Amino acid sequence: MVSTSAEGLGLTPRTPVEVPADSAEPENYLNVTYGVKSWLLTLDHKRIAVLYLISVSIAFFLGGIAAALVRINLLQPQGYLLSPETYNKMFTAHGILMVFFFLIPAIPATLGNFLVPMMLGAKDLAFPKLNLLSWYLYIIGFALSLAALVLGGVQTGWTFYAPLSSQYTNGPVVLVALGIFIAGFSSILTGLNFIITIHKMRAPGMTWFRMPLFLWSMYATSLIQVLGTPVVAITILLLAVEIIFKAGVFDATTGGDPVLFQHLFWFYSHPAVYIMLLPGMAVISELITCFSRKPVFGYRFVAFSSMAIAVISFLVWGHHMFTTDQSPLASTVFSVLSFLVAIPSAVKVFNWTATLYKGSIRLTTPMLYALGFIGLFCIGGLTGLHLASMATDIHLQDTYFVVAHFHYVMVGSTVMAYLGGVHFWWPKITGRMYPEGWGRTAAITLFVGFSLTFTPQFIAGYNGMPRRYAMYAPEYHVMNVLSTAGATIMGLGYLLPVLYLLWSLKYGEKAGPNPWRATGLEWQTASPPTTFNFDRTPVVTIGPYAYSAESDEIEDAHYDMQRAQMEYEAAQAKIAADRRLSEMSDGHTAEGQEMIAKATSQSGDEEAPRGH
Amino acid sequence: MRRLRVATKAPSQNTVAPPPPTTHFQGEVEHGHDHDDHHVLQHHFDDMDQQRESISLGMWTFLMTEIMMFSGLFFCYALFRWKFYDAYLLGSQQLNITLGTINTFVLLASSMTMALAVHAAQTRDRKRLVAYIIGTIIFGGAFLGVKAVEWKADYDEGLVPTISWDPTHWPTVHHMAEDKHAPAAHRALAQQVTSDSSTVPDFKHFDKGPDGQLRPQEVSVQQVKMYFLLYFCMTGLHAIHMVAGILILIPMLLMAMAGSFTNGNDQPIEIFGLYWHFIDIVWVFLFPLLYLIAGFHMFGGGSH
Repeated sequence: MVSTSAEGLGLTPRTPVEVPADSAEPENYLNVTYGVKSWLLTLDHKRIAVLYLISVSIAFFLGGIAAALVRINLLQPQGYLLSPETYNKMFTAHGILMVFFFLIPAIPATLGNFLVPMMLGAKDLAFPKLNLLSWYLYIIGFALSLAALVLGGVQTGWTFYAPLSSQYTNGPVVLVALGIFIAGFSSILTGLNFIITIHKMRAPGMTWFRMPLFLWSMYATSLIQVLGTPVVAITILLLAVEIIFKAGVFDATTGGDPVLFQHLFWFYSHPAVYIMLLPGMAVISELITCFSRKPVFGYRFVAFSSMAIAVISFLVWGHHMFTTDQSPLASTVFSVLSFLVAIPSAVKVFNWTATLYKGSIRLTTPMLYALGFIGLFCIGGLTGLHLASMATDIHLQDTYFVVAHFHYVMVGSTVMAYLGGVHFWWPKITGRMYPEGWGRTAAITLFVGFSLTFTPQFIAGYNGMPRRYAMYAPEYHVMNVLSTAGATIMGLGYLLPVLYLLWSLKYGEKAGPNPWRATGLEWQTASPPTTFNFDRTPVVTIGPYAYSAESDEIEDAHYDMQRAQMEYEAAQAKIAADRRLSEMSDGHTAEGQEMIAKATSQSGDEEAPRGH
Repeated sequence: MRRLRVATKAPSQNTVAPPPPTTHFQGEVEHGHDHDDHHVLQHHFDDMDQQRESISLGMWTFLMTEIMMFSGLFFCYALFRWKFYDAYLLGSQQLNITLGTINTFVLLASSMTMALAVHAAQTRDRKRLVAYIIGTIIFGGAFLGVKAVEWKADYDEGLVPTISWDPTHWPTVHHMAEDKHAPAAHRALAQQVTSDSSTVPDFKHFDKGPDGQLRPQEVSVQQVKMYFLLYFCMTGLHAIHMVAGILILIPMLLMAMAGSFTNGNDQPIEIFGLYWHFIDIVWVFLFPLLYLIAGFHMFGGGSH
């Protein structure tokens, strides 16, 4: 097994040498108060982040179970386990749980919540109460949707297309929709909080262009959350009105337009893809530059590409409707605009690879996830261009090619980034290191499992296998067996981090403030941080990525010298003390004899005075 | 791995220096609750200016989300108005313009009292502040009351889709069936509705009109239903915002009576004022779009 210490990674930990490892834990945000109430009523952004971390993990686990059932059912062309109806309910539950209750809140509400104030040098988000409210809204929405999905089940898919969802379904669609509506406001509040915090709560000297790229992406994400989510909220309301009153704007029998639903839905839900993806890119920018020990290449381009993605994402929704009655002109415009998104995305990929170039790369667990992200995102992004081209989309629409494409982006990219980020900031969140060897094993397992799961789906989809069917033609059998086999490996890749991260909470090595020697403000305070993050308000004088391999070496040398000096002094002191002690006990010196006499004459509750 | 083992090389001690720190620190941390003043500075803000600006920007951002939410409905309104223009005119004529106009002025009056309340809070005039908040609540309540009367009338007149939908009870439909000046399409529909309410005319195909625009060939009851569906969604969502506003305003009234906002802490009133004016502005758009599109004539005046 690979060494679990940070030193094994080629990085000297910056743990202050003088602090003994077994000293009592200093006060931090985790141990400042105890009890369920102190957590459920907390206004500390870090604790709310931990609450979110637990909640989204539960959503991910439940969504994963639904996915497992779907994959098991597809082991055989005629269906292996589930009735077609249950199959529909399962892939719907998988989609809804994963999209609305895992992917959208995953990185912003956990890592973002934890890191945005710390990276800015602030004590908290601008509106701590709204932050807590957003978690409660999330929980209420989650509970409602989950109850409806488990007790009744809906067969609409996560997209709720009318009239399937309004006229042809017998499940509790309104209840699920209500849950998503409420969770949407949780997302809005998080975005609103981030926007105000980034605008108004930057530490002295923290200019916009000294902000870590994580914050730029988080800002772009927040803009989409604030501007897009209300539209899907009203769409869901209109859908509920249509179901309850049996007449509505999406109902073709009363002059309504089902395609209108698709327009309104995708006006939010395509930007929502970037709500899920941009935070992933935010994490990757931090990981790549830290473990290349180099400043990020083209900082401003990466920063502005986040904003460009946020803006363009609002102009591309029509590429989901090439096969509807959308006019060829509109489709052409949407197609061109969709291609435009590739430009800022490619800027990011090129800048990350340029950052790697000639860097001193450390293949830590977070870095493995980050490198996996770049590769899988390239495949996911480039296959998106096939779907943004009208001609090829006609062939690929509603096939497994689409499924594979968005899983490469959502899972291969976002979930990899999320796990990479969780590992990277785990020492900061918990104060403990995870076991590095297990971490790398899990990252590689996940990459292999993921590729085996979704690459066959590209092939099956290209050959014409439609999505969302419980049964399929026998010619796709091999691809589906491969895919399910891969999903099993992937499941292992998800299970491992759960186990060793929980293990590390108690047995993990103490991390120290900055185990990665990263440059962000969040690394300049204790791990775990105190409730107000910093002892003093930090003042920022330079940009965010002052990495250099040379300064690492100098720092290593400085650190080693310091430690050697201290070890030397400690050894000298010990020798001197030992010598004195033995002299004293032998009574060889006058001083010693005096002390022994004094000690024996006293009752014993008083310490012997030290003579000089 | 590339750690340098220089601990044993004593001579290099003087040549290496730690890299420059990326940050330094200033000032002790202040969790400042300033007890002497009534400005309530929350612990995570550095000073009052930062807090005021943050809260203000927060409200404006929230109003942006509200605009996006209403704009979904306005988009649907615009789309179906373009498709079913004549049906919209017919539907609009069933509404009570008098009550709508009164309500508009009631709401504008509530906005005025709200603006005066903000001013009273800024000038630390507790009595006036309380009076103006009460005025705002009364005008807001009056608006909702008039709205409730209107909706009750709509219910009785068979204008509520699905719940109470009966074209033969529509207020203007019998007049229109005989009115020579009404547009032909309206008259045809009215005659059809009055002669035999059991047959609901079908949704017709689009045809190119003389102006080259796509238009449905005739007005159908279903198209009018679409108008009323959006009418109730839009006025309903607006009314929900009014109710929420009044529910927030009542505890604020109690706090204002206790003098909480006239001691320099006037920002909550100002922030709530932004929200209240926003609801008002939404109505300013809703009123002409829903009530006035057919003009002030009884029948078909605004038709093309």
